[in-house]
Amino acid sequence: MGFWQIFSDLSWAVSVLMAVWMIYDTWRVQQEYDESFLMSSREGAEELSAKETDK
Amino acid sequence: MSAQVIEAPKQHISLKKVLSPIHIWGLGVGIVLVGEYMGWNFSVAKGGALGSLIACWVIGLLYTCVAMIDSEVTSTVAAAGGQYTQAKHIIGPLMAFNVALYLVLAYTMLEAADATVFGDLLQEVAGNFGVANLDPRPFAFLCIMFLAWLNYRGVFITLTFNFVITAFAFVAIILVFFGVAPWSPGVVLHHADLIHGLPYGWIGIIAAFQFGMWYYLGIEGTCQAAEECRSAARSIPLGTMSGMITLVIAASLTWYICSGLLPWEYLGQATTPLYDAARVTNSTWMQVVMFVATVFSNLASANGCINDASRAWFSLSRDRYMPPVFGAVHPRYRTPYRSVLFLIPIAVSFAFTNLLDQIITFSILSGLLGYTFMSINMMRFRRLWPLGSIHRGYIHPFHPLPAVMLFLLCTTVYFATYLGYGSQLLAIMAFFIIASLWFSLHRYKFVKRGDQFTMPWPRPKGY
Repeated sequence: MGFWQIFSDLSWAVSVLMAVWMIYDTWRVQQEYDESFLMSSREGAEELSAKETDK
Repeated sequence: MSAQVIEAPKQHISLKKVLSPIHIWGLGVGIVLVGEYMGWNFSVAKGGALGSLIACWVIGLLYTCVAMIDSEVTSTVAAAGGQYTQAKHIIGPLMAFNVALYLVLAYTMLEAADATVFGDLLQEVAGNFGVANLDPRPFAFLCIMFLAWLNYRGVFITLTFNFVITAFAFVAIILVFFGVAPWSPGVVLHHADLIHGLPYGWIGIIAAFQFGMWYYLGIEGTCQAAEECRSAARSIPLGTMSGMITLVIAASLTWYICSGLLPWEYLGQATTPLYDAARVTNSTWMQVVMFVATVFSNLASANGCINDASRAWFSLSRDRYMPPVFGAVHPRYRTPYRSVLFLIPIAVSFAFTNLLDQIITFSILSGLLGYTFMSINMMRFRRLWPLGSIHRGYIHPFHPLPAVMLFLLCTTVYFATYLGYGSQLLAIMAFFIIASLWFSLHRYKFVKRGDQFTMPWPRPKGY
């Protein structure tokens, strides 16, 4: 088995490993955190809080 | 499952504000610079070497207008989503939905094209070592997965990486420029022998405009990072405008090097023109530098595209224009991780179709539709929120000239595209009409209309 074939097979393997890691991490986060917290990001939130502080 | 569920704290989670102007430069130039290494030269086939240079500068004008308009509006709307967010605030939901679709499609297709080329480059290297017909797909797959993983892990590391490889690719062009001794015409460079006027006349120049977009396509992506900048009002205008200057320099040098070394008939169909130009010089160091820079420019472009497409998709979902599940932020890395993950299979499927020219054409057309909107957007923005009514980090000069010029130049490029790719132009128009109908008749009822406008802007003039 030549270098390029090994490189090619390694590319598949590393790619699949990274995909599995990301899917696992996504699942883990979903288990550990409340969904409403994960989706609580608001556009312009900092600008809003700055304005509220000014008041 | 024994993991303890952490209750929702009172604070909101947000994307991480860690970016500075160099990251914005790296993002904008990184997406585009690959166009200098490949793609721009198809304009030579349409209009000859001189036609390509005219296209480079005229389209440079189009993108300067884009950069100025984007910088002004984004310096007031410090939110992910870029032009989508601008359209939502200034024009309305239907336009915003369409603009976000242009962005997601343009960047995802461009990412797929970059990954395909990355695979093809490694296949070519393997061919040079005597391994014929090596499958390029694992390398394209690795390119997408590695960069998606990087984007998943954090925006700072992602765009720092982009800055480094983009800077290398830009410096490489300057090194090769000095390497071909531009101060001694006729020694290495042979412009006088290789440039033969306009082979297809003025219509050739117009036709060259479409591929002239490759010199700059994607610079507008800088504003996708607005929500992650430490100071968007400073970073976005500084990063975008310096990026635009970098690109005009890189584009002009690229044209000068290639048109002085390669006949226009060859240049017009070359896959990697800068690398081919380095090969003509017989200089080993130039070939090595150009090859590495070509690979880096590809990676930088794909990396920036993943960053931008995921932010556009994230913003759409956060406003419920798309299923809200993609509007989640990772609690540790503070990235739109579900959007990054969701777009991977789409990019991989585009990359594996191997329809590179079709993918590129659709990417250009999606971008062009977005630019057309910007001119309308700018006119309305200045009318509804005149100077002084809202804090602007940057005010672009000579309004409304840039907006009018942008609209006229976009119209000309539509005509140029129609000359070469009329059916694709009509197909993508039909796609967006169907998508608009779907949004209006089905999806819009899920949008929480009041929640999407959170920017503390004053009431628009006349309302």
